[in-house]
Amino acid sequence: MISSDTQIEDNLSQNNGLAIINSKAPFSSDYGKDALDVALIFGSFEQKVSLFFQGDGVYQLIANQDATLVSIKDYLKTFSAFKFYDIEDIYVCQQSLVNRQLDETFHIEDVNVLASVEFGLALNRHQHVLRF
Amino acid sequence: MAITLTFEHKIIPTDKQGYLLDHLLWQKELALVMAENDEFELTDAHWEVIHFVRQFYLTYNTSPAIRALTKAMKAEFGEAKASSRYLYKLFPEGPAKQATKYAGLPKPARCI
Repeated sequence: MISSDTQIEDNLSQNNGLAIINSKAPFSSDYGKDALDVALIFGSFEQKVSLFFQGDGVYQLIANQDATLVSIKDYLKTFSAFKFYDIEDIYVCQQSLVNRQLDETFHIEDVNVLASVEFGLALNRHQHVLRF
Repeated sequence: MAITLTFEHKIIPTDKQGYLLDHLLWQKELALVMAENDEFELTDAHWEVIHFVRQFYLTYNTSPAIRALTKAMKAEFGEAKASSRYLYKLFPEGPAKQATKYAGLPKPARCI
């Protein structure tokens, strides 16, 4: 118990910059693309940014989607370039996947699947949160 | 000032700053014409970056801004060619801006 309290304190004391929550499906609106643009701008200026996917936002991580079928630029391809923008902290809500009967297989690597409590804790480590 | 880009007797649609509107119309000879219109000489070192930027776009569906470009170049060509100093020497007006132009890509939205 003591150790887990310490852990939480450690987490809270960290200033982890910006968190961006993606909560919308990829191609039915501009939210996902806008969130990506913000993330890449922060990355370009060496500002720390973490990405969170929950609710319908988890669909942004699912592979084999072809946006060109609906005449939209496939911005999900850009996710594979995150390493060049120092975007390394990517979290997805496990419950959101379960609710949508989605596997934990994504089109990018190094995605952290977190249970609701951990997801919330990870979010709490950030000083600023933007929700899309 | 609208610039009309003509290539092989056809008008190639561009934006106001001369970036191609359709990157699929790009070919090396077209890039040469674009550079010539700008009175800009392309050396082998320039071409290396141009091809690299174009490949980046085709892979990731986005034109890299300068920082991402240097990081990606480092992975491909090593430290020496991965500095913004090296890239600015080649493309004094901004490597991401100029290289994407001659690579037939849209101007990077997050542009520096």
